[in-house]
Amino acid sequence: MRKYLLPLAIFVLVAIFLWRGLFLNPREVPSPLIGKSIPEFSLPKLEKENSVVTSKTFDGKVWVLNVFASWCTPCLDEHPMLMELASQNRVIVVGLNYKDGFQSAADWLGKHGNPYSAVAVDIDGLVGMDFGVYGVPETFLIDKSGVIRYKKIGPLSSIDIQDELLPLVESLQ
Amino acid sequence: MIKKFFLFTAYSFFLSLSFLSTAEQSSELSADFQEKVKSISAELRCLVCQNQTIADSNASLAVDLRNQVSRMLRQGKSEQEIKQYMVERYGDFVLYDPPVKERTWALWFGPFLLLALAIAFLVSNQLKRRAEPDSALNSADREDLRALLRGDKDQL
Repeated sequence: MRKYLLPLAIFVLVAIFLWRGLFLNPREVPSPLIGKSIPEFSLPKLEKENSVVTSKTFDGKVWVLNVFASWCTPCLDEHPMLMELASQNRVIVVGLNYKDGFQSAADWLGKHGNPYSAVAVDIDGLVGMDFGVYGVPETFLIDKSGVIRYKKIGPLSSIDIQDELLPLVESLQ
Repeated sequence: MIKKFFLFTAYSFFLSLSFLSTAEQSSELSADFQEKVKSISAELRCLVCQNQTIADSNASLAVDLRNQVSRMLRQGKSEQEIKQYMVERYGDFVLYDPPVKERTWALWFGPFLLLALAIAFLVSNQLKRRAEPDSALNSADREDLRALLRGDKDQL
């Protein structure tokens, strides 16, 4: 009987690891940016000529930076969530229009509603690259001193907002 | 008129020659350069299509990152600096060769540990086996077996 103990233990161990592996999402790569200051940027503002949004614009405030594009289908999934979040007025929601264009972004927001206090237009995606964006939509929570506190890759769900984003916002205010 | 025509042809001939040579020169330069871009890109993971390098992938992010690699090379950045740039944004995961540090010790040394354990197990098993000769058969059994082999069935 004892002779089966070791193989059994190994089997159980491997089974536990494989079982865990079934529920891991390989797309959720831990961001090295959490706990770091946001990269500096200065981008043209949508629907406001000669005006810019910079990395310093929201200094002293807790804000959410949401990376979106009119060509991004999953962005549509989270859009109602962002509209809801913006309407609660608990946190500033800023958009980063990623590899898109002024006209298409404005049209898209006109059609689906605009939850953003400001939209920065990043046509060539270089600012997105500095934010380590690789799957639109992505959402960052930034504290008063400009440090990234939370990042979500892929569409936000209402659970993400209720259980993670908003409690963090409260603790940072 | 003929002289003019001749001059013109000669001129265009040499002009095209000069174009040819510069074109060749720049392509030679860029072949070398592209080789460098490719070799760096081949060590970076495309995060959209995770089992491809950014050299292999045509996802738009991979194209952007390849352009970024070539831009940084043109700025005279070293391979190390480019990799550092990528890691700062996308994490160690972007490297196909993960760095050796505390978090990756299991990854780097785990297989060797397992190999050592397996060898130790094998060796100890072999030694044990050699130390105690086959005790499953006693001398009477052996005698019976020999009889069987001789075809001397009556013995049983």
